[in-house]
Amino acid sequence: MVATLLGILAQIEQAPFVRPAIDWHAVAPELVLLAGGALVTVFDLIFMERGRKYIPTLTGLTFLAALVPVLTLWDNGIARSLFDGAYITDRYALVLKALFLLSGYVIVLMSTNYMAEGDYYDSEYYQLISASILGMLVMASSRDLIGIFVALELISIPAYLMAAWRKRDLKSNEAGLKYMLMGVFASAIMLYGMSLLYGLTGDTKLRSISSAIADQGTTPIITMAIIFVIIGFGFKVSAVPFHTWAPDTYEGAPTPLTAFLAVASKAAGFVALMNVVLYAFEFQPEIAEPFIWLLSAATMTVGNLIAIRQTNVVRLLAYSGVAQAGYMLAPLAVYEVNGIEASASAVVTYLVIYAAMNLGAFAVIMAAARRTRSGEIDSYRGMLNWAPGLTVLMTIFLFSLAGIPPFGGWFAKFEVFRVLLTGNTFSGVSLAVIAAVNSVVAAFYYLNIMKNMWFMDAPEGTDQSKLKIPSPLVAALAITLIVTLVTGTVLAGPLRNATDFLAF
Amino acid sequence: MTEFFNDWGITALVFLPLVGALLMMLVPAKDEELHKTIALGTTVITGVLGGFMLWDFWGMGKANWSTLQYVQDRTWIDVINARYFVGIDGISAPLIALTLLVVPLVLIYSWNHIPNPGNAKMFLILILVLHTGMLGSFVAQDLVLFFVFFEVVLLPMYFMIGVWGGEQRLYAAIKFFLFTLFGSALMLVSFLALYWVTGGTTFSIPGLADQVAAGDIALGTQVAIFGGMFLGFGIKVPMFPFHTWLPDAHTQAPTQGSVILAAVLLKLGTYGFVRIAIPILPEAAVEWAPWIGLLAVIGIIYGALGCLAQTDMKRLIAFSSVAHMGYVMLGIATLTPFGINAAIFGMVAHGLITGMLFFIAGSVKDRFHTLEIKRLGGLLVQAPKMGWILGFCTMASLGLPGLAGFWGEFPAILAAYSPAEGISTTLFRVYMVIAALGTVLAAGYLLWLLQRTAFGTPSEEFADDPEIVDMHASEWIAWLPLLVLIVFFGFLPGIIFDLTDGTVVDRLGSLVAEGSP
Repeated sequence: MVATLLGILAQIEQAPFVRPAIDWHAVAPELVLLAGGALVTVFDLIFMERGRKYIPTLTGLTFLAALVPVLTLWDNGIARSLFDGAYITDRYALVLKALFLLSGYVIVLMSTNYMAEGDYYDSEYYQLISASILGMLVMASSRDLIGIFVALELISIPAYLMAAWRKRDLKSNEAGLKYMLMGVFASAIMLYGMSLLYGLTGDTKLRSISSAIADQGTTPIITMAIIFVIIGFGFKVSAVPFHTWAPDTYEGAPTPLTAFLAVASKAAGFVALMNVVLYAFEFQPEIAEPFIWLLSAATMTVGNLIAIRQTNVVRLLAYSGVAQAGYMLAPLAVYEVNGIEASASAVVTYLVIYAAMNLGAFAVIMAAARRTRSGEIDSYRGMLNWAPGLTVLMTIFLFSLAGIPPFGGWFAKFEVFRVLLTGNTFSGVSLAVIAAVNSVVAAFYYLNIMKNMWFMDAPEGTDQSKLKIPSPLVAALAITLIVTLVTGTVLAGPLRNATDFLAF
Repeated sequence: MTEFFNDWGITALVFLPLVGALLMMLVPAKDEELHKTIALGTTVITGVLGGFMLWDFWGMGKANWSTLQYVQDRTWIDVINARYFVGIDGISAPLIALTLLVVPLVLIYSWNHIPNPGNAKMFLILILVLHTGMLGSFVAQDLVLFFVFFEVVLLPMYFMIGVWGGEQRLYAAIKFFLFTLFGSALMLVSFLALYWVTGGTTFSIPGLADQVAAGDIALGTQVAIFGGMFLGFGIKVPMFPFHTWLPDAHTQAPTQGSVILAAVLLKLGTYGFVRIAIPILPEAAVEWAPWIGLLAVIGIIYGALGCLAQTDMKRLIAFSSVAHMGYVMLGIATLTPFGINAAIFGMVAHGLITGMLFFIAGSVKDRFHTLEIKRLGGLLVQAPKMGWILGFCTMASLGLPGLAGFWGEFPAILAAYSPAEGISTTLFRVYMVIAALGTVLAAGYLLWLLQRTAFGTPSEEFADDPEIVDMHASEWIAWLPLLVLIVFFGFLPGIIFDLTDGTVVDRLGSLVAEGSP
């Protein structure tokens, strides 16, 4: 062992370090975000209290600025490969980067008033969000085990801190601690799987791993490696049975952060899972597919069944998010017959639409909480009277989550069903049937929220005056609403085309 | 003008109400008058535009009615070949006209009849959204597009029942929603299955019909796919035994909701059979026809018996809908041009007549605050004009010759005498006899209803009630067009039959070629 290490060291000493060529355009989004994050930190150090109120705007602008190179890269259209294929910026990565940046922007909008009014450390919060989003940008491009792991930790560690941001609240402490312990545990399992893969192949690049294990079949060691890696990501995307942290963390964390975890962080987990499964395990479907099939079926069923019993709207959305993760896993269970592109584009389509509708629902919850000061579904009674606009918005987001046209969600589900049914395989059809039954179950608890908002009278003593919603929250609602509406109607086609560029 | 109709006509028609709804969202809720004006104005503009288009369509002459006109066929979701494909032909024209007429009338009626708990803004916005959904369903020629519009209709109705409905509104609303959702989920599965068995190249209705006709899809597969559509459309119609949501929804819905539900929404189900299920899968339709016919006649008798047992006026009218839609379905089940023409006429007639009956029920409820038949009575004494209108509508509903109702029922019964080739004639003649007996029951329950509510002397509790007055101006304006049309189509049924006949023959395709002349 020691001898080998010394050998490697000796090799390193012999070869002089040559910086690999870097395509600066390809990493421009990350660099802009990095610079912006640093700028926010410095700005805060110089101006201290006086500058606080500008921090959210500045962070938001940083995200939008980082979107500019994403657009120029998209327009350019060339797939760029860095570091010998370990870091790739193609259209698939760009769609995801745009998704992360826009989600980040919406989350900043949602946080603005929450953080300013809540007596928290607010500028640090925005720096951590920037760091986490930076991790996601890196994740979208990483095609290498080390890159993926570093990105994942860069996403997660700030999130552990932010989950416990309401530090005088026991529930928030519980949220942060639970999330961290579970996250670290998951990382450990995943790392073990990755080390096995490295040991088997002597390489960390996904494509090299794929070709190295392509003809090795299903030896126990490969099976173990694949299963461990998938379990690790299963924690991140809160797949059943690794979902137990999610409801407690979601309930205890500050609400904007909950939205962040439920949407951006989950999407990043999916990207990582997708990259590893589709790139590295492309030729091992006999192990990965049945395992993901089980995860998917269990995730949607258990998530939905528990969601029915929830009385707190944040917990309900947490479990519904678990169920939605089940739908998103489904296309990955049939990648062999359809080809990895079809599965990946269904997942990406779902991620985009899911981000819009779920962020929208959280924004409504935050706006409503300014009046109710509670997340109980009962407290939404009679909302039609004191916040008619909010009621309609929530209705749209919930119907979208339930998959009812013409809102975005139906198209997301439609794509999943299409991929599941195309190959006409038993596993695909059976999973589609399970998903269809689950959608009806899900409609029930979404309708339950709407019933309270529309049909029930407000309890005695509720303030019936119209609710005022701060302008950042209005902007967040407007963005998510527009995306939810257009992805189900006029832009369904273009969205599908945009995710069709996934040339692996 | 024609150029505009060809390029933008249908799109403008379908989405104008939605534009009105968006406009209303910007106006504060306090300004109810303005909301009513915008809502009514939008539907009137839509109606006028639609009127010009249909007039233009009429002017094209018989030979062109069976081809889709004002077609727009644009890319929508490329990868799955779903397109924005809309058009009007002889089958959809009468139903579009019906929709364009009924919605403004409902809004006129709403002018001083906003149901509890108020909130005119939201109420009217929902009606406008509903308007877009209904028009869209009638013009869509692509299954995915049709599905989207078909579902759009579901949401506003759910809220109208749930918020502005009667005491049992929560139960009625959720029942309505879950029944319809269940049906449309299976319908969507059928659409997708159809897409794949035909090779996954198109969702367009004419395109799929051609592919099924040209291909060699196993009959069993076709029958199964038809079954999914049957559930989706049959629940919406509603056919026995899926009708149980209807009495609850109708009874609990506000007057406006009931009228739209009866006049237009139920037609989406029957329209689905005529437009989608039968033209695309004619062979499967032949297999299913005896069963559809059976359920239709059970519906006729069951609905009529149900009516006789009701104690609530609105519930009685709701059950009469089940019976009347039974005639429509019987006409469809014959799969002959004659029967389907009768069915389309029946849809329009039922829309006019039952819509009117629900209007009257709403106005009676406004005055008496109850619809319990045994507490009512003497309407002719207290509100003679309304009493006579009720009498007129019951006559129309029971199928009195000379009024529109007759031309919906009588030809449907007649058509059952000789169904299309491949369907047992004996069986359908039995159905014919049963359906004819149903008309006797219909006369029974409708006249009995009239007798108990309009005749006699007012009961003591309402005898001196100052709230019980005769017709309001808004009621006259809203009802008169319907009443006039009931008479008009009673005397000139040929207008609608002419309009639909060529299209029906064309769409039935192989069924006509093999069968009757």
